[in-house]
Amino acid sequence: MITVKHVNKSFNGKSVLNDVSVTFETGKTNLIIGRSGSGKTVLLKSIVGLHEIDSGEIWFEDTLFNKLGFSELKKIRSEIGMLFQGSALFDSQTVEQNVRFPLDMFTDMSPAEKNERVNFCLNRVDILNANKLFPAELSGGMKKRVAIARAISLNPKYLFCDEPNSGLDPLTAILIDELIKELTEEYSITTIVNTHDMNSVMEIGEKVVFINDGEVCWEGNKDEILSSDCSTLNDFVFANSMAKKLRKAGK
Amino acid sequence: MIKFLTQFGLYFLLLKKVFSKPEKPAIYYRQTMRELVYLGLYSAGIIAIISFFMGAVITLQTAYNTSNPIYPKYLIGLGCRDSIILEFSSTVAALILAGKVGSNIASEIGTMRVTEQIDALEIMGVNSASYLILPKIIATLIFNPILTLIGIIVGIFGGWIAGTLSGVVTSENFIYGIQYAFIPYYIVYSLIKTVFFAFIITSVSAFQGYYVEGGSLEVGRASTKAVVYSSIVILFFNVILTQLLLS
Repeated sequence: MITVKHVNKSFNGKSVLNDVSVTFETGKTNLIIGRSGSGKTVLLKSIVGLHEIDSGEIWFEDTLFNKLGFSELKKIRSEIGMLFQGSALFDSQTVEQNVRFPLDMFTDMSPAEKNERVNFCLNRVDILNANKLFPAELSGGMKKRVAIARAISLNPKYLFCDEPNSGLDPLTAILIDELIKELTEEYSITTIVNTHDMNSVMEIGEKVVFINDGEVCWEGNKDEILSSDCSTLNDFVFANSMAKKLRKAGK
Repeated sequence: MIKFLTQFGLYFLLLKKVFSKPEKPAIYYRQTMRELVYLGLYSAGIIAIISFFMGAVITLQTAYNTSNPIYPKYLIGLGCRDSIILEFSSTVAALILAGKVGSNIASEIGTMRVTEQIDALEIMGVNSASYLILPKIIATLIFNPILTLIGIIVGIFGGWIAGTLSGVVTSENFIYGIQYAFIPYYIVYSLIKTVFFAFIITSVSAFQGYYVEGGSLEVGRASTKAVVYSSIVILFFNVILTQLLLS
């Protein structure tokens, strides 16, 4: 479980997160949703420690994450997998080397064991016969899947996904969503997904947190979101014409 | 002034991170071998070409400026040798490498920064500064002295070719000149300067790339800054090292 308590963060005097308090549950797909510029990515990056918060607390289970020293931080980070918006695969390494990298860095596995693990992870995300390709030779969807394979290579306890569907066609986006949900359930990972894609919310949103202007406006799940009386959330949820029509039709 | 001091402080904080204990020495060794090839071996060609032509021009210029019969012809070889060893093989080669290697380092690390690859390393618990920069520093510290030696040999060879083919000096005179009053310490002086310059090129360029914020435009700017700042620092340290080592 990850708990965020009264977190504030500003850049050059401009407040981006305002007293954010929220809990992300273990074994569930937790979604942070909100408009572009609402502070979703800053919250996600603050949780994983890429941004230093101004005040507040971030707890990973019983550990106060934002006060840890480098070596303790390193230990927790070895339990974190992260899928970045642009995949963030290492350009100079092949698919296989990308997935193997965390194993090389943090395990004492033999080369055969590493190969086995790499192939397992790549098979798990349905990447076949692409071991020797470089990221530049992959499609957007394949890059995301390789990035997921890299993120799960060390059996993480926590999985963070920053806009996993951005730039993908709707079908591939659904595949990525399903993959994230399956992995979360399979390994009982605490997953936090940052998205503004309502399809993702309806597909995998076991817990949904709506952020607006750096503040938590609403919390619930995918079933409760359509009947919410939070007007800002409704503006966001029913922003596209299809959703508006469905709402009008009372569905 | 405050901005300069902030940058100065950030540079030393980065160096502190770079020189912390490596996570997995075997991986750092592999990275260093890779950088030896990319930053060192792949620079040998340009250093050889430039040194050859520099040697040729120095010989011709020395010949035309010492055409008075009072000067013995072997001075052409001596002038070529000392110019190349003392200044061209180390300082001029370093300025060229600041352009080639420095811009390469800044753009590589800068691109990794803006595409979140450095964030990915940090999330995994890898000391990104050390992993990305230390192998480059070690590789250039090892290989740049070799490049300097290549520059000296090829430069003097270029001088000999130009001198003899143009007829401004005979082969015997030139070879006598390059052996005459030879001071081995000049080679040591040149290699010491090279080691300092290698560190400056790599660390200053890596610093520019590591702290890039924005997109491709900023990466391009960082690359330019890397070349400009490393060149200025090289020229500054050239004066200091020359005074310290030759006084």
